[in-house]
Amino acid sequence: MTSKTYKPVLAAFAAALALGAAACGSNDEGSASGSTGGGKLSGKIAIDGSSTVAPFTQAAAELFNEENPDVQITVGTSGTGGGFEKFCAGETDISDASRPIKDDEEVPVCKKAGVKYGQVQVANDGIAVVTNKALTVDCLTTDQLKQVWNKGSKVKSLADVDPKLPDTPLSLYGPGTDSGTFDFFTGEINGEEGVTREDYEPSEDDNQLVTGVEGDDGGLGYFGFSYYEGAQDQLNLVGVDSGDGCVKPSTATIQDGSYKPLARPLFMYPSAKAMARPEVKAFMEFVIANQQDIAEAAKIVPLTEAQAGEAKTELQNAEQGS
Amino acid sequence: MTSLAYTRTRRSVGEQAIKYALLAAAAVSVLTTVLIVLSLLRETVSFFGDVPIGAFLFGTKWTPLLGGDQQSFGVIPLLTGTLYLTAIGLLVAVPLGLLAAIYLSEYASPRVRKVVKPVLELLAGVPTIVFGYFALTYFTPTILKGFFGIEVNQFNALSAGIILGLLVLPTIASVAEDALSAVPASLREGAYGLGASKLQVSLRVVFPAALSGVVAALILGASRAVGETVIILVAGGQVARLGLDPTVGYQSMAAFIAATARGDIPTGSIKYETIFVVGMALFVITLTLNALSIRLVNRYRQVYE
Repeated sequence: MTSKTYKPVLAAFAAALALGAAACGSNDEGSASGSTGGGKLSGKIAIDGSSTVAPFTQAAAELFNEENPDVQITVGTSGTGGGFEKFCAGETDISDASRPIKDDEEVPVCKKAGVKYGQVQVANDGIAVVTNKALTVDCLTTDQLKQVWNKGSKVKSLADVDPKLPDTPLSLYGPGTDSGTFDFFTGEINGEEGVTREDYEPSEDDNQLVTGVEGDDGGLGYFGFSYYEGAQDQLNLVGVDSGDGCVKPSTATIQDGSYKPLARPLFMYPSAKAMARPEVKAFMEFVIANQQDIAEAAKIVPLTEAQAGEAKTELQNAEQGS
Repeated sequence: MTSLAYTRTRRSVGEQAIKYALLAAAAVSVLTTVLIVLSLLRETVSFFGDVPIGAFLFGTKWTPLLGGDQQSFGVIPLLTGTLYLTAIGLLVAVPLGLLAAIYLSEYASPRVRKVVKPVLELLAGVPTIVFGYFALTYFTPTILKGFFGIEVNQFNALSAGIILGLLVLPTIASVAEDALSAVPASLREGAYGLGASKLQVSLRVVFPAALSGVVAALILGASRAVGETVIILVAGGQVARLGLDPTVGYQSMAAFIAATARGDIPTGSIKYETIFVVGMALFVITLTLNALSIRLVNRYRQVYE
């Protein structure tokens, strides 16, 4: 709806600009830098990093572009590590990360290159483990999940990991190998990123995973928590026990991190140098101010009020660099 | 005389221009094919620099997107998956398509035919994504599971294959019908004159006489099924597995390409090159099928004309 109401305004704005540009010829550069608040921003922002954060950044870029169409934002998905490599080499303005920067490996590289930055938490990520409604299971331990999902697993039904559980033949669903959720889940559950049993049904489209788990009596799958929220009536949510008792994922348990180990904070790292540019500063401020809407659009868990407040402070620190 | 000569030159200039325009139009499609082959070739060569060709052609495990020692490039599961889904589709489409063609050409009254044939061809115009979701959200749960009570997975070969058959059905029916209708009326009349029944005329006279066109229809249908992407991507599952159980899903070559290209694999990596290698293999298969159909058509045409 908002985008619709913007359009006539934008068109009028663009027409006015065109007229203005035609009238005052080459003088437009001066007027652009005149004000940073309501003025016309332009320029390029290069972002790279985690593929989990990318949909969030992409959504943020699209919403930001509705108001600032002349700022070109590119969002790469080289992974958190690959993103930091480019970031510390000064190639990107903002790095997307699904974990904090590593003190022992990455921080020294950035330091050596003189790249100063801030660490801003922008959202929360959580993975839901779900089953078909007919496959009633309340809770699985991380070890049981590993038995089901690990490389070479021969587990055919949940009764294989616990005789008390149903012996319906399992039909497994999970994200494709390009997904950040896949890396996160395999890393936390199977112990190494990318290691998984091969005979599960992968899809990059989470809605298709929902359809699959919902359709098979023995359906068991994992995907981003927000996709569960959209389909909670059709699915059975499984709690995860990492040793301290069973915790079900919810917006609250993901935000406070008590849903272990399948919840984590997501970050954006703006460099201090980039933050000196009005378009980057405006973009980062936009992200924090609109994190709720962006998170909703990107199907990711938003920040709490407290986290958003912290993010604002972090952003101010980022301008100085740390 | 002079005026006549004048018009002739003008006409010949015009003719020349048209000739070159037509040549250019024909050249565009040839050029496109050449460019496609070249683009596939570059990545394919680079792929086989890393993976032995034997491991690709004869390997039985296709997990190119996994890491480390789990990565494997055997194309056999993809190939058999493609052929298996195509076979199920043709099992549906060939009998139905041919019967429909015979009915329309030999039995239907002109009035019926005038209505039924366009409707049949309309089916060919339905976007394949619609077929895909029809298979996934209606055919699998309501027809296969609900009505027939078959215990299939949500993503399964049976549903995707049957719907794939419905997709190629109009192609087969329409092309075969054209071939049957093109058989000269004199052949039919001669057979009737000898006292043959309508069924005998249809099956023993008209059908064999139109065989070249019918075979072309079948191969066209098979080609279409082999290359079909979206139905299998949506309803056929994405596990590249070996086997013949129709209640589970299989990945086809085209569906692999679509699924992989949609994810964000890094350009230039070996995972990226698999897209082109599989594309190349698919291209070779359809090219072979088409070449085969041309040969068959020519052979049978010589016999009957």
